[in-house]
Amino acid sequence: MTNILVCIKRVPDTSGDVQLSEDGMTIDARHLGHTLSAHEECAIAIAAELAASSDGMATALSLGAGDAQEQLRHAVALGCGAAILLEAEPDSFGPADVAQAIAAVVRDRKESGAGFDLILLGTDAADTGDFQVAVRLAYQLNLPVLTGIVTVGIDGDTVTARGTGPDGTEVYELPMPAVIAIQEGGVEPRYPSIPGRMRAKRTEIETLPPAVSPRGSGRVRLTLPPAHPGTVKVLGEDATAAPALVDVLSELGVVSK
Amino acid sequence: MILVLIETDDSGATVTSLETLTFARNLADLGDRPGVEAVVVGPLEAGLRHNLLAQLGEQAVLTVRHATDDQLDQYSAAAWAASVVTSAEAATADLVLAAGTPRGSEIMAHVAARLGTAMAANVVRVEQAEPLVVSRQVMGGAVFEEMRLDGDVNVMTVAGHAVDPKPADSATSPDVLEFSPSLTEADLVTRVVRVEAEERDDTSALSSARVVVGAGRGAGSADGFDDLIELTELLGGVLGASRVVTSLGWRPHAEQVGQTGSRIAPDVYIACGISGAIQHWAGCQGAKTIVAINTDADAPMVTKADYAIIGDLHEIVPAINAELRRRLG
Ligand SMILES: Cc1cc2nc3c(=O)[nH]c(=O)nc-3n(C[C@H](O)[C@H](O)[C@H](O)COP(=O)(O)OP(=O)(O)OC[C@H]3O[C@@H](n4cnc5c(N)ncnc54)[C@H](O)[C@@H]3O)c2cc1C
Repeated sequence: MTNILVCIKRVPDTSGDVQLSEDGMTIDARHLGHTLSAHEECAIAIAAELAASSDGMATALSLGAGDAQEQLRHAVALGCGAAILLEAEPDSFGPADVAQAIAAVVRDRKESGAGFDLILLGTDAADTGDFQVAVRLAYQLNLPVLTGIVTVGIDGDTVTARGTGPDGTEVYELPMPAVIAIQEGGVEPRYPSIPGRMRAKRTEIETLPPAVSPRGSGRVRLTLPPAHPGTVKVLGEDATAAPALVDVLSELGVVSK
Repeated sequence: MILVLIETDDSGATVTSLETLTFARNLADLGDRPGVEAVVVGPLEAGLRHNLLAQLGEQAVLTVRHATDDQLDQYSAAAWAASVVTSAEAATADLVLAAGTPRGSEIMAHVAARLGTAMAANVVRVEQAEPLVVSRQVMGGAVFEEMRLDGDVNVMTVAGHAVDPKPADSATSPDVLEFSPSLTEADLVTRVVRVEAEERDDTSALSSARVVVGAGRGAGSADGFDDLIELTELLGGVLGASRVVTSLGWRPHAEQVGQTGSRIAPDVYIACGISGAIQHWAGCQGAKTIVAINTDADAPMVTKADYAIIGDLHEIVPAINAELRRRLG
């Protein structure tokens, strides 16, 4: 029975045009959808699979505003058995604050006899790209940590994790409990089933205040990059443009005899 | 003092580490810092060591701290971070930097946690030296965040291509200090136990290629890649793909370019049937010249490209291949 915590974050879907709030401190997300980071979709898939194969349980956790319930319900629809919302204004939390808040929950569960064997997160969030919550959480809890992991297997008390390194696939073997940050690429994200969606609707989301007073992220303001000058040279509209392109490639020195 | 973690490849320091050194040198010039030191972790074969020291000298590095210990032969982020922290203390560094690669980011996160200080990931610019304010990429590169770093020691990673790696006006011949960091059991428990070298997982070819041919949803299906592969081969390049292509299973994830794939910096990127969403752009914006082949003249990839052909890649790419074959004889 493996008890897994999977930590996820509601992020603005920046596939569309991004605008900033008037004070430049946040993304104006009124016209954007919200989503989960790609890495965390994979973390949920791994958590749900490992829990199901060991008769265990995956619990999803998010630190965020009330609307992060949407992402937690999505995680339940994908196979998590429970969900915890640490309700807070996420922009006032830096990565060290988030790690501390999650660590408090993990310690609390351990004391009540329902400790986690494995804590999964995304390697970095799609919005802030901080790359730190998993590592800081592990230091808070005195646990081993890996990042950039794409597949996870469990055998007894040992977890085997694979990630991509400069020379190929790197294999790690760790004792549990451990913190593992997942990166997209090793597993397919799941799609919610109809029973999953029904369960997600019914599931009560445990809502708690985070047990920290945040020190913040050091954000001074957000800015948008300058608009791209748009000086594209169109070489043509069909296959007859091929010689012109080969001329360009030759000039750039990438066509060699 | 500023301390920079150096990652190595077959030729010496990686390009992104050289960029980070240039960034650090510029930063040292802004403030009252005496200069830049470097830390290298793990075994260095003689030829590599020679090249590396020459490159670090060109970057005016004052001292190279080299952590050597049998226990560092296999990568472990915690053990590498312990080596960096030991070096930072010995150098009395107030800034510790690495390239924003997966490994650089992982090690710096450990360093920041060990030093109990803030870390700014993916920094592109220094806005202000005192107190230190940097700009970093967030939202996959769609937005910059100005962030204040006011710890006694600050940690950051530098985004790829934030600066060009330039040699210093006058080179140094750095002192090399070998040391063996004191490592605990906990630092070694996260050691790599083995490496399975599989071609399919090799993303380094993509990051270092001079020519990348990118394929997006416009390829149409898993069977739609023959002409794109031929184009890649004719140009001696490497094939890249958008996330749609890898999620649909048309190509392996190792070929994905973008925020959650590889960041590339080729001389030429030929993006075929790729819309150029911000998360893809995050990975390819380091290309010197971008060519877009797309049916949609208004696709972001086209408007941001240097050259474009508007039309169906399945007609255009075979014509390019034919022309290349003709010219190459
Ligand atoms: C958190 C997150 C992380 C992400 N990470 C990445 C990432 O790392 N890499 C990445 O690529 N994406 C990433 N994405 C996805 C990204 O937002 C886009 O969805 C994706 O890049 C689109 O891929 P595409 O351009 O191939 O497909 P589409 O957006 O569908 O575009 C296809 C393009 O092909 C053109 N086209 C169609 N048929 C033809 C034809 N016959 N000939 C020529 N042109 C044709 C169309 O005009 C269109 O421009 C991420 C998204 C999120 C939310």
